[in-house]
Amino acid sequence: MDDVLFARGQMAMSLAFHIVFAAIGVAMPLLMVLAEGRYRRTLDPDYLSLARSWAKGTAVLFAVGAVSGTVLSFELGLLFPGFMRHAGPVIGMPFSLEGFAFFTEAIFLGLYLYGWEKLGPRTHLFAGCVVAASGAASAAFVTIANAWMNAPRGFRVESGRFVDVDPIAAMGTPFAAHEIVHGTLAAYLATAAAVAAIHAVGLLRNPRSGFHRKALGLALALSVPAALVQPLTGHWAGHEIAKGQPAKLAAIEQLQRTQSRAPLTMGPIEIPWALSILAGNSPDTVVTGLEDIPPADRAPPLVRAFFQAMVLSGILLGGHAVWSAWNWIRRRPPSGRFLRATALVGPLGFLALEAGWIVTEVGRQPWVIYGVMRTADAVTPMRGLVVPFIAVSVVYLLLSAVVIEILRRQFREAQ
Amino acid sequence: MIEAVAAVMLVSLIAYCVLAGADFGGGVWDLLATGPRAERQRRLADDAIAPVWEANHVWLILIVVLLFTGFPRAFAAASIGLHVPLTLMLLGIVLRGSAWAFRRYGGRARWGRIFAVASATTPIFLGSALGAITSGALRAGPDGAPELGFFRPWLAPFPLAVGAFALALFAYLAAVYLAVEAADPELRDDFRARAIVSAVVVGACALAAGLLTPPGAGHFRETLLRSPWSWPLQLATGAAAVGALWALFTRRFRTARALAVVQVALIVGGWGAAQRPYLIAPDLTLQGAAAPEPTLRLLLLALAIGSVVLFPSLWWLFRVFKRA
Repeated sequence: MDDVLFARGQMAMSLAFHIVFAAIGVAMPLLMVLAEGRYRRTLDPDYLSLARSWAKGTAVLFAVGAVSGTVLSFELGLLFPGFMRHAGPVIGMPFSLEGFAFFTEAIFLGLYLYGWEKLGPRTHLFAGCVVAASGAASAAFVTIANAWMNAPRGFRVESGRFVDVDPIAAMGTPFAAHEIVHGTLAAYLATAAAVAAIHAVGLLRNPRSGFHRKALGLALALSVPAALVQPLTGHWAGHEIAKGQPAKLAAIEQLQRTQSRAPLTMGPIEIPWALSILAGNSPDTVVTGLEDIPPADRAPPLVRAFFQAMVLSGILLGGHAVWSAWNWIRRRPPSGRFLRATALVGPLGFLALEAGWIVTEVGRQPWVIYGVMRTADAVTPMRGLVVPFIAVSVVYLLLSAVVIEILRRQFREAQ
Repeated sequence: MIEAVAAVMLVSLIAYCVLAGADFGGGVWDLLATGPRAERQRRLADDAIAPVWEANHVWLILIVVLLFTGFPRAFAAASIGLHVPLTLMLLGIVLRGSAWAFRRYGGRARWGRIFAVASATTPIFLGSALGAITSGALRAGPDGAPELGFFRPWLAPFPLAVGAFALALFAYLAAVYLAVEAADPELRDDFRARAIVSAVVVGACALAAGLLTPPGAGHFRETLLRSPWSWPLQLATGAAAVGALWALFTRRFRTARALAVVQVALIVGGWGAAQRPYLIAPDLTLQGAAAPEPTLRLLLLALAIGSVVLFPSLWWLFRVFKRA
């Protein structure tokens, strides 16, 4: 492997780690606030202990998310200084706004977590609402920066320099809307599905627990609508990618020939016309094949597997959501089989989130700024990048193991 | 406009040192907790850090974002030249923040050790990175890689002295703050003694850094010795330092806290003012590294709007948790 690959590997490792905590930082505050809101209305103590134990988990996860996010903001320069040197002025705006949103989130999370006794009940709930809102806002802002890398706007390149820089036009990148909606929804879905799974396990072990039943209800109230809407936003994303990044669309199917009625493969099954429909709502839509993309501009073929993993996870989550909705309409209590299914699909949200992120990022390769700057040209002149790559990987694997262990213990204590 | 963005960066750095610096210092006192009250000392520091450290930490993120948006060439140059100390600093930040949360919420005492050690090493890397920027040793060669390699610019006497200085300052701030926040007179005396000792160490480190200033930092030294504002500033810094020490001796802890904050703010502010017009001496000036004008204008606008939300929120946070 060469240094470019180690730089990409380190960035990928850091993002794959951080994105889990970032998603939780967006979604958990909403669940906490929902639980506390229920408590204030019903005065049911189960909801209070739920809000408190969710807050305890969030405190750990948010701390890890905050520090691993800091690593990323430095790594942009440490690994790809050539990118930041030119892109900084163009996309610094969303990062600055994200900075303020994150500031607000951190301040109000401090008030929320440590203010149970110091703030009045309404004020405390208000602080939680601010955390939830600013968490979503910071996710949206940082996603705009990524959208710009996929569909850059707001500058011209003149003999290697970025001129006529217009940060507002850059923020108006056509990829912003769908990436924000699809990405933020993924954060809610992944977190809520995982939370639902944890409490489904709790209910299986202790079927009479009101605590777990109410927790499951709240988590499903968030994950089910998200799972039902997510395929539509994914379709929208496919549409935009067909317009803006034909190379990525060709890569997710490894489509060789440029054609209409292009199929989409899902595992062993080939679905006729599906890629054309994804791209343009009609089987007649012509999808660019790899034959029309110069070999040097093609994305790595492995994105195909990740795309399929994302879609299959989405389908399973969607199926589970339909089942939940059916139970809800029929006012049926969750059966043992349903609880087991809930536990099984629990990790799929995060799997889909990671896989989708890899499709977005690896699918953009070999470009760091699509069509403008190649990743290899942006990398640092520093050699021996294998060393920080290994250091970061070891630290993150260790932290992941510890986080899981701590959450398990918190779960046992909450029973 | 360039100067305005640079001024906001400097103010953010001051805020980071005064606020997050004390959180690092809290970890130092965790490491150095001794005597029959060691566990209570740790507990006090931990409770003082808990509600605010994440907010305090964001000042660093703000500085980085301002740097790469407003002065992208300096960000790129510093990221290349200081790759090693910045990576070490980041590992320290990650381990420290995570270990803190693991100890507090996971109930494992052994994480406390990692938190404490990472708290005590991270400021050294931060300080030596800042020292390297001033020292004039951070120059890019023709291929973009640093002329002196990836270690010599920061692994040198002056940057390391600045690193030690930063560590001493952070520990000093934490001791002063904890002396105010301790409700128990014995604990208060523990931290009073620690504050007085660290104030002396701060002075020694400042002297060492001053004596070790390399020839490459000529502009910095000249400005600090000869410009019309520098002597009043140095006198004010000295007066704040002596005043804080006096207040500690006479047990006026709130006065000591205020004076210690002024002292650190003047030190960091003075460093920034003496750096001017350089961001990375002697090759990158503020002017030379700055982003195009539309970016700077929007950035200032965003900062103005952001501070309308930020400052009342911060004020509220500190009022709830730090009022006696």
